[in-house]
Amino acid sequence: MRARLVIEADRVNRQYFKDLLAYRELFLLLAWRDILVRYKQTVIGISWSVLRPLLTMIVFTIVFGRLAKMPSEGVPYPILVFAALLPWQFFSNTVSEGGNSLVSNASMISKVYFPRIIVPTTSMIVSLIDFVISISILSVLMVWYQHVPTWRVVFLPLFLGLAAITALGITYLISALNVKYRDFRHVLPFIIQFGLYISPVGFSSTVVPEKWRLIYSMNPLVGVIDGFRWAIIGNTPMYWPGFIFSAGLAVLLLAIGFGVFRRMEREFADVI
Amino acid sequence: MSIIKVKNLGKKYTIGHDLNANSAFRSRSLREGLTRTARGLYQRLRHPFLPNPEKTETEEFWALKGLDFEIEAGDTVGIIGRNGAGKSTLLKVLSRITEPTTGRIEIGGRIASLLEVGTGFHPELTGRENIYLNGAILGMTRDEIKRKFDEIVDFSEVEKFLDTPVKRFSSGMYVRLAFAVAAHLEPEILIVDEVLSVGDAQFQKKCLGKMEEVGQEGRTVLFVSHNMAMISNLCQRGMVLNEGRLEYSGQVSDAVLRYYQNINQRDAAHEREFKSDDAELLGAELVGLSNLSTITIHDELTVRMRYKLKRQIDGKCVPNFHFFTSDGSYAFVDSAGGLTSMSPGIYCADCRVPGQFLNEGAYFVGVALTTYPEGGSLRVEFFDKNALTFNVVDPMDERSNRYGYAGPIPGVVRPRLDWSVAKESQ
Repeated sequence: MRARLVIEADRVNRQYFKDLLAYRELFLLLAWRDILVRYKQTVIGISWSVLRPLLTMIVFTIVFGRLAKMPSEGVPYPILVFAALLPWQFFSNTVSEGGNSLVSNASMISKVYFPRIIVPTTSMIVSLIDFVISISILSVLMVWYQHVPTWRVVFLPLFLGLAAITALGITYLISALNVKYRDFRHVLPFIIQFGLYISPVGFSSTVVPEKWRLIYSMNPLVGVIDGFRWAIIGNTPMYWPGFIFSAGLAVLLLAIGFGVFRRMEREFADVI
Repeated sequence: MSIIKVKNLGKKYTIGHDLNANSAFRSRSLREGLTRTARGLYQRLRHPFLPNPEKTETEEFWALKGLDFEIEAGDTVGIIGRNGAGKSTLLKVLSRITEPTTGRIEIGGRIASLLEVGTGFHPELTGRENIYLNGAILGMTRDEIKRKFDEIVDFSEVEKFLDTPVKRFSSGMYVRLAFAVAAHLEPEILIVDEVLSVGDAQFQKKCLGKMEEVGQEGRTVLFVSHNMAMISNLCQRGMVLNEGRLEYSGQVSDAVLRYYQNINQRDAAHEREFKSDDAELLGAELVGLSNLSTITIHDELTVRMRYKLKRQIDGKCVPNFHFFTSDGSYAFVDSAGGLTSMSPGIYCADCRVPGQFLNEGAYFVGVALTTYPEGGSLRVEFFDKNALTFNVVDPMDERSNRYGYAGPIPGVVRPRLDWSVAKESQ
């Protein structure tokens, strides 16, 4: 007979991580479901994933590059913008999908057990598909502008990992709060829009005066975006103190998000 | 060794009553929470000595309290109780959907819970895709689903529509597909809520058959239903919950009786009297037995009612007994004959129900007196629908004509009829 499962009141479930491992197939299947549904439901399907970053890039290039005449770190402005759009879209898609994921899967949560954290995590996998599509658009752009990436590009997965850490921390926090406070979903688009303005997506973070850089790095996305530009563009300098600060905050955010989620998770089925 | 061991299990819900608004207790919103705090603070500053009008009163509600029980491996247990007795909460706690407030549960096997058919079905996905998804949600591995895929499709009878999105399915097809997946679960412990109430009768039967198979394979099954006939058929053991407490745990037939006793007591609390201007019911009994007794299918039984006629009745005056099965449907009605022009007084009416007539199960007896005044229309003087309860069991001896068959024999009646079997040709 296998090990006995013990459920006890007021005790953190010790086998949570064992469960996570046991339910990895469900995690993959849910991700597969979300991807299928996403590309089945919309007529334009994948073309939407292409159009959205492309249009955003064009608007930002015109507004920040042409009208505001921001510095472009010596690369064509579209590439500067697109290098930042990659992590930004990955982040905002994960957070907006993941933030509502628990509520939209309410019937499952109230009827069957599984580690609830796999639901918001799934949204990251779906955003990853869009990320891959965006990467190919960027490659086309780089060929078009004849911009050759340097050896630094091999570090891109590391920065993608940092983007994932940042996105998951916030997603866990928001999705858990969303269960308890339903009008949080109206706040969510605002948070994301706000994030776009305070993050260096349409401009280079070098425009921020040197003495404010560290404070600016309190936004963990600053570190992520700077990292992406450092790896893709190839000749931009990196402001390391800011990056390390950003990265540390991202990890802290994930720890907090995970902790809050674990604590609130126990009453999800009762309040959802 | 018991497969489920529960000690002092309790589950508390907190219900908030807003003192000035009658908002539903679950719809909490951030805006509501913030404005309430702000208003409270403002009131406090303006009138520091008045009680805070924004205060909410919370009420504790124990959906389960102090449950102790053990379930042996291979048992099929029916959990019965009225609405709100805590049955669903117990299933939810056992299947780990929600955490208990007090106590400890030990579970020694893989659990699958089926609180709803088609959990996680996505309308945009095809039948095939949903089989994989639903299977995984219910705890099957992908290999397991792959192995049983054909069997599932076969059972569901929807193979033609396997590649159609389920949003185009009829509700019957949807339920069949969903149940087909669930029926092929192979956990050590299966927890089933009242899910069989959906679907057409024929498919229900098929599902019941499948569940019985599950029980016979030595799997532990916990089953909630309001259908006592289904419970008595499927389960060997029964647990009665009442207001969050475990009231009885034991033989399923005793549990079913206990459940009805509960309901009867509740009726008795209303102190209903059964009388009219002309007549009054004085009492009903099972002659020689106490109410809620158990007899075998071979035993005969006499039911008796005593009633008082307050004045002369000129037309026909007919006492009658109504027999109901445990799911509330009629077994039969019988009335006394030839009673006309009755004088006032106290009467006693006996009705003998022969042995080898009723099938196994719990029965309820309603007692009534009907008068047919001359030139007037029928009148029911009194009708106590729930006067008596008894249970019939099959002792499984040689008179049961089972010849080794141990399963349930369907039907309300189980008479021994005259047979003649003769050889006609070679």
